[in-house]
Amino acid sequence: MTTQTTSQAPTTRGTPVTFDHVNKRFGRTQVLHDICLEVPGGQTTCVVGPSGSGKSTLLRCTNRLEEPDEGRVLLGDTDVTDRSADIDAVRARIGMVFQTFNLFPYRTALDNITLALRRVRKLPAEEAAERARTHLASVGLAGLEHRRPGQLSGGQQQRVAIARALAMEPEVMLFDEATSALDPELVKGVLSIMRDLAGQGMTMIVVTHEMRFAQEAAGQVVFLDHGRLIEKAGPDKFFGAPESPRLQAFLSAVT
Amino acid sequence: MFEGLQHVWETFFNLDLIGQTLPTLLRVGLPNTLLLAVLASVIGVVVGVVIAAGLMSSKVAVRLPCRTYVDVLRGLPHILTVYLVGQGLPLAGITLFGESTYGYAALAIGLLEGAYMAEIFRAGFQSVEKGQTEAARSLGLSHLETLRFVVFPTGARRVLPPLTGQFILVIKGTALVYLLGLTAGQREMFAIAQDTAIVNASLSPLVAAGLLFLAITVPLTYAVNAWERRLRDGRKDAPADSAADMDRALAHQGTG
Repeated sequence: MTTQTTSQAPTTRGTPVTFDHVNKRFGRTQVLHDICLEVPGGQTTCVVGPSGSGKSTLLRCTNRLEEPDEGRVLLGDTDVTDRSADIDAVRARIGMVFQTFNLFPYRTALDNITLALRRVRKLPAEEAAERARTHLASVGLAGLEHRRPGQLSGGQQQRVAIARALAMEPEVMLFDEATSALDPELVKGVLSIMRDLAGQGMTMIVVTHEMRFAQEAAGQVVFLDHGRLIEKAGPDKFFGAPESPRLQAFLSAVT
Repeated sequence: MFEGLQHVWETFFNLDLIGQTLPTLLRVGLPNTLLLAVLASVIGVVVGVVIAAGLMSSKVAVRLPCRTYVDVLRGLPHILTVYLVGQGLPLAGITLFGESTYGYAALAIGLLEGAYMAEIFRAGFQSVEKGQTEAARSLGLSHLETLRFVVFPTGARRVLPPLTGQFILVIKGTALVYLLGLTAGQREMFAIAQDTAIVNASLSPLVAAGLLFLAITVPLTYAVNAWERRLRDGRKDAPADSAADMDRALAHQGTG
């Protein structure tokens, strides 16, 4: 487990993710065209692009919330797309944070976190609660353990969701527009947690509209448009010297 | 004119007759009505959950029979179903409950209510947001664990008020079992009222039964409405440190 390392080294410190000729169709619409992408371990890869470009779908192929029609997705050496693989075991190695938080409404913040710790990680109740408390404190929510999601602000809910994913000690974290549903003043707190996490060498795939975050925290930035991977570069080159006209147009529209 | 009113009064509100009927209604009819309603509801809930699971199945071979069951039983007049099940089964030699009309009565209404409850359960469970299932699966919970620990707790809470509303309909529905011919001790409220009405050539006993039905159903209806309102707007089950309570406390300080 490499989540605690503070090294920024862009080598294979964490678990890498590989997309190998991934295709996905919804009915007749091809949402992903032959995507090949290396997500290096221990780094943050930001995926940007217009709505409907397929970035969320690509992210959801990582833990097979969407099944690719063709191609493979690898988590380290594990073939996620292998139908005979134990998908629950694979998913437990990947944390995911959603745009709409998706907390379990009738469970307290603490119970939202302990559920999978107990059922999937098989931790005893005490230990699960202890770990949940630690993770809640680390996202700045100490003392709010017994609140229900409805009693928390959007930003607080999203931080519980992040703590819920991190408590599983995943090898990779996926963020699907994690700040898009938040009021502007709440975005900052969530982004700073994500930035810290990136700094600690967690492998992260972040679908986002926050260009500042991509610029500051990403090891590489990927541009998708109409289901195709158009451009991929380090943040300096991506934002400073974009090559394709479509990315240039996109960047000038959003910044 | 005055005579007409007098006649109406005598027909529906013969106080002597109402007074005579009430003790039997309360002693025999009320317990039987409630017992039948509870038995039928238990059957209805079991049937409803099973059929609802079938309605949500991805397999057509499972979904289609369940859909047919719901459509047919909701589409037929209740009186017809009660006859077909309550008299049909014993006639066909399917004597599950021996000679006890009571059992067939509860089964007939239970099967009927099961069709309505299946739709209530289906709607409740399908109302649980897809994102919750995805969050649970992304944490590594299996399909069954997700249903048990995430979908069911949320769905069940949403289903309780409409299910209680359906229970009120079951209470009224028990009146139909009088068709099946119950023995004196088995009669529910409507059967007793109907028998007494025929003997005395007056509708007043039926009015007495009606008043008792209202005494049960109207308060229950209001209770369910209040419950639904509470689920929709408030979280009164929240601990004392909730934002709402803090607001209330602050408001209180302001006025006091």
